[in-house]
Amino acid sequence: MGKDVLTGVHFLSGNHACVEGAIAAGCRFYAGYPITPSNEIAERMSVRLPQVGGIYIQMEDELASMAALVGASWGGAKPMTATSGPGLSLMQENIGLAAMTESPCVVVDVQRGSPSTGLPTLVGQADVMQARWGSHGDYEIIALAPSSPQECFDFMIKAFNLAEIWRVPVIFLSDESVAHLSERVVIPPKEEIKLVTRKRPSVPPEKFLPFKPGSDLVPEMPIAGEGYRVHVTGLTHNEKGYPDLSAKVHNKLVPRLVNKIRKNADKIVEYEELFTEDAEVILVTFGISTRICRDVIKRARAEGLKVGLFRLITIWPFPEKRIMALAQKIKAFVTVEINLGQVAIEMERIVKERCKTFLIPNAGGAVHDPDEVFAEVKQIVSGLVE
Amino acid sequence: MMPAEEKAFKGLKARELPKEELFTQGHRACQGCGGALALRLVMKAVGNRVIVANATGCMEIISSAFPQTAWEVPWIHVAFENAAAVASGIESALKALMRKGRLKKEKIFVLAIAGDGGTADIGLQALSGALERGHDFVYVCIDNEAYMNTGIQRSSSTPFGARTTTSPAGKKSIGQVTWKKNVAEIAMAHHIPYVATVCPTYYQDMMNKVKKAITTPGPAYIHCLAPCPTGWRCSPNLTIEVGRLAVETGVFPLYEVTNGECKINYPHRRLKPVREYLQLQGRFRHLTDKYIEIIQERVKEEIAKLQALEKFSSFYKNALANF
Repeated sequence: MGKDVLTGVHFLSGNHACVEGAIAAGCRFYAGYPITPSNEIAERMSVRLPQVGGIYIQMEDELASMAALVGASWGGAKPMTATSGPGLSLMQENIGLAAMTESPCVVVDVQRGSPSTGLPTLVGQADVMQARWGSHGDYEIIALAPSSPQECFDFMIKAFNLAEIWRVPVIFLSDESVAHLSERVVIPPKEEIKLVTRKRPSVPPEKFLPFKPGSDLVPEMPIAGEGYRVHVTGLTHNEKGYPDLSAKVHNKLVPRLVNKIRKNADKIVEYEELFTEDAEVILVTFGISTRICRDVIKRARAEGLKVGLFRLITIWPFPEKRIMALAQKIKAFVTVEINLGQVAIEMERIVKERCKTFLIPNAGGAVHDPDEVFAEVKQIVSGLVE
Repeated sequence: MMPAEEKAFKGLKARELPKEELFTQGHRACQGCGGALALRLVMKAVGNRVIVANATGCMEIISSAFPQTAWEVPWIHVAFENAAAVASGIESALKALMRKGRLKKEKIFVLAIAGDGGTADIGLQALSGALERGHDFVYVCIDNEAYMNTGIQRSSSTPFGARTTTSPAGKKSIGQVTWKKNVAEIAMAHHIPYVATVCPTYYQDMMNKVKKAITTPGPAYIHCLAPCPTGWRCSPNLTIEVGRLAVETGVFPLYEVTNGECKINYPHRRLKPVREYLQLQGRFRHLTDKYIEIIQERVKEEIAKLQALEKFSSFYKNALANF
């Protein structure tokens, strides 16, 4: 059997780092379908999983891939798939199923130029809203966005842990540039990697209610075949897990699915701040755009402009509280993202009149040009002074 | 939809082959691409009164990007899974517009083109639906036996023992461990008027079958084996040879099924050993004698089944005629 944690220093692409992160996090089941630019994940998984006693299956399409994750999750595995925008669209029905049945799983979405077939080999960041509300109905998921191969490794472990704790599908919003970027990746010793597994039943089978939530609104999860009665359904279900098609049960279940993320957002949300203490203007960004913004900030500080960086690590749930607090102190937020304003619209909603909000958009195909972003930031800053 | 009177089409003679190129040069296929050759022959046989719906895949991406557009006919790129469904829409719309007199009544063919992934995997549902509804269209599957466009990942059409990037051969596996899905047989199960398998090595046979498919009222399905030097790991000058050996060894027999009556066209001589076909390709290089023997047995079995179908279907037809 091969090693599951390849402790040491490696030179890996973002996609390959995702695979190593997943395997280190205990992922032993992968079901996927080829799509550019996520293929390297499937390819490396097909080699690595058999080495560590896992299962790799290639499905006939994305619908089946995502459905297989729901099945594998209830079979006790930590399952994962990887795809890109068009594939994520096809997965949406089953992502809704995973949210409704509270099946922990991780979906890597290597974003590319979109909509439709778009730019299969070039970068995009336009799946932000699709990740949140692509499926029908009210539900909440968690989405993470890495900006480097090292973060692909680290956040993959985080993604699996979050999926297991909160029992939701976690969408890993990578993008083509991060995926195909090769950098130094440090994989820590196995003992240093903290893993979490889902809450298991604490009472004997005859007393167990599979969908009775704990204080954190998350129920304990049995595994099919352990002796517990497992009845899983996409229909509105009661605490026993049986369909109960009444407004009363529905109004208990759906708010709980939403609130287990919204009410616990403080425990989930992560972000990174740079020079925000004295900043007058803060760039808000995520994924590969973070690297562009870091460069812009360096230049701005060199010229004495008080510009800071707020980088989203979890895009969903959105770090609302911190943004509201920052908005009181500063003059403007500038969102830099490779889409036409999906995070920006969320910023506007949160910031309201507290300060100004700007957007530096890019439809995709290439990352922002740092020169252009810097010029625009300078213009915004000078406009604010007047 | 029942087929109306069949036109007597005897087949193209070598001197009658159309000179017109509707899938032209300048596209960016790899050297020795069997798929591009197949498309060129298909378009020659179909002629210019056609609308093409092309699913995502090698053939779409090599032939459509500006300035290497190879198509001389109306052409629509659809998503991965829906060539048959979009073709259904086109055919229905033409029918409706002609019925209402908004379009001149004439024969406009509808051609759906997809790869093996877009046919045997993700597009199977759409294909089955279109065949069942009986739209008057031709579906051509350009089968290069893996997802070559995204980088040689296995599909359900990848043959047993082949190495791909997602069915790697090594200590734990011999590569693809399942047998190739027989989509032509699945199409036959829909009892459509015409099903055929073709290979561009047998160009005349191929063009004749496409011509027959397009003139047959109702749905027709053509499964084309398109050797892919890049993915099969063989020299680009061997495309034609590999195609010939696929047929002569019985790995990919060429046959047609017209209204349930099966006729095997090739191989028409004794089968060559499959080893001759396998050894030309790097994707089978790791196979030991044991696995080559397993493949040989399977090929014999499949050919025997096909021959039985041929005998049975003609017997059945005679029996029905004399009933």
